[in-house]
Amino acid sequence: MQKAGKSVKRIKSLAKVDYITYLGVIIAFIVMTVLQSRGMLSRSVSGMLVPICCYICMAVSLNLTVGILGELSLGHAGFMSVGVFSGVITAMSLQSAIPNELVRMIIAIVAGAFFAAIVGLIVGIPVLRLRGDYLAIVTLAFGEIIKDLINCLLVGWDENGLHIALNFDGTKTMESLGLSENGIEIIKGAQGATGNSRIATFTMGFVLVMITLVVVLNLIRSRTGRAVMAIRDNRIAAESVGLNITKYKLIAFVTSAALAGAAGALFGMNYSNVTAAQFDFNASILVLVYVVLGGLGNIWGSIVATVVLYVLPEALREYSDYRMLLYAIILILVMLVTNNPTLRSALDILGKHLGRGKQNDAEGGAVS
Amino acid sequence: MSGSYPKPKLVPVPSTNIIPDRDADKSPILECRNLGIDFGGLSAVSDFNMAIGRTEIAGLIGPNGAGKTTVFNLLTKVYQPTRGTIMLDGKDTHSMTTAQVNRAGIARTFQNIRLFSNLSVEDNVKVGLHNQMRYGTISGILRLPGYWKEERVARERALELLSIFDMQDLASHQAGSLPYGAQRRLEIVRALASNPSLLLLDEPAAGMNPSETAELMNNIRKIRDTFHIAIMLIEHDMNLVMGVCEGICVLNFGKVIAKGTPEEIQANPAVVEAYLGKQKEA
Repeated sequence: MQKAGKSVKRIKSLAKVDYITYLGVIIAFIVMTVLQSRGMLSRSVSGMLVPICCYICMAVSLNLTVGILGELSLGHAGFMSVGVFSGVITAMSLQSAIPNELVRMIIAIVAGAFFAAIVGLIVGIPVLRLRGDYLAIVTLAFGEIIKDLINCLLVGWDENGLHIALNFDGTKTMESLGLSENGIEIIKGAQGATGNSRIATFTMGFVLVMITLVVVLNLIRSRTGRAVMAIRDNRIAAESVGLNITKYKLIAFVTSAALAGAAGALFGMNYSNVTAAQFDFNASILVLVYVVLGGLGNIWGSIVATVVLYVLPEALREYSDYRMLLYAIILILVMLVTNNPTLRSALDILGKHLGRGKQNDAEGGAVS
Repeated sequence: MSGSYPKPKLVPVPSTNIIPDRDADKSPILECRNLGIDFGGLSAVSDFNMAIGRTEIAGLIGPNGAGKTTVFNLLTKVYQPTRGTIMLDGKDTHSMTTAQVNRAGIARTFQNIRLFSNLSVEDNVKVGLHNQMRYGTISGILRLPGYWKEERVARERALELLSIFDMQDLASHQAGSLPYGAQRRLEIVRALASNPSLLLLDEPAAGMNPSETAELMNNIRKIRDTFHIAIMLIEHDMNLVMGVCEGICVLNFGKVIAKGTPEEIQANPAVVEAYLGKQKEA
């Protein structure tokens, strides 16, 4: 039946690719843990482990929106920001009630995911009616709005509960919250959250990456994920077979937001000081770069791209003068390589010769 | 596309959930009354009246631009009709969306193929089966027993449906990379998977050679006989239309100019005029 001359592309066994992805992440975790316990990692590398985990979750969850749902979102850092600050508030205010750091961290991550999901729902309902450029513009604006809102946010906690004020006119200070003597100042407007307890651990980061992977990969391989990808490929045809377009778009968008919120919560608990300005448009673009270079819809590609592109600027620190120049050149080269049809077909042929199927080619089209 | 594609043979589909017990009721599956739509000042379709029987194969023909595809788009609510009513199985589809119309029983194919081209052939059919699966998003993410059970049933069902066109061996291929004819067939399978009571085929034989068209004719009849559904098709290939349709409706400039059996249509002077122009008076 393949006599027709046209090459018929066979889709690789999806389950196999998924398991290899899980396996890769587990092996990387074990290797890093062993190296860390033997003291073979420098301080800067150890410090990068948790943020890398967070950014992997960010990239994988953004891939759900951009690659699987096919809608360009430029406000993903906004959801992360919601997760960061709701996570920090939760962790700080439960400090005396729950002394166990692990339990507190888990509750904070769940809270981050929950609030980001709610914000995702509120943003998603109007935004997902838009398409293409308009959706990108609105999500961009959303990211900026979240940043500005949190810049005005004053939050404190004492035995009477949470005190929240919005400092829109610049007249309010932490005193206007009226905290009691043993109250904690959690978020101080543009100064952000300072004096956080740093309770994030690499193990928790690994667990979060695994949870993100399970959620995203299982979602893609389920009835819901098929519906989402069908809508991406052809909206009119998807409607004609009875799919509720809004519902499935919203499921994908909210899931993506919730996972970004969870990643944000962990990120916030890794630093004693976070500000809203860290999660601006540039942060959204950074994550988008990871997703695009890893391949749209290609989950393990996002992971690899995140690790490489997060470590790269640090590794180039010695050449500090040329650092961003080299980074830009490498980005351009990666883009050229992944989008060059001649190179792609050459890689395909190479892949076929090197033991068929065993070799994962450098890039995947839709969902490989 | 070439004739090298293996000749499709129908494998009897034994499962009962897709074969509806509709033949007891003899009322028409579809009834259009004074259906019409205007685009600005242009009346694209007007006064369209048609009824289709439960297991009828009906044809909709007419010169280019006559409004045939517009009628399909009206039936599936891609466009909202300006005037008139559509009764599907005795129910007015007035307030329904495209997706709801599909769930109510109309499935269609498209003139310019609209597959989910990045998904596999099997997944395309499974998307068609979507509304017959019951497990939710959460059980999909957690892979609860319902997920495994329903996915297995869906896979069997998808392969069964693909076997109508002898395409089960292509199940793991990417839909967008299939040859043209196979893509057309896959579209029909996907539409069938959504368990319709009325199947709309928009130019199913476009780009096919005579032998493939002959195969398609057999397949259309077999689909009707296996699934006991009504089929309505738009086609320019007169051999196919006259060979397979039991009732034909001819459209010109958005108006029905003739209705009847193939024999009646062929003998109708208005139809001949619409296609060939007015005969010069001798």
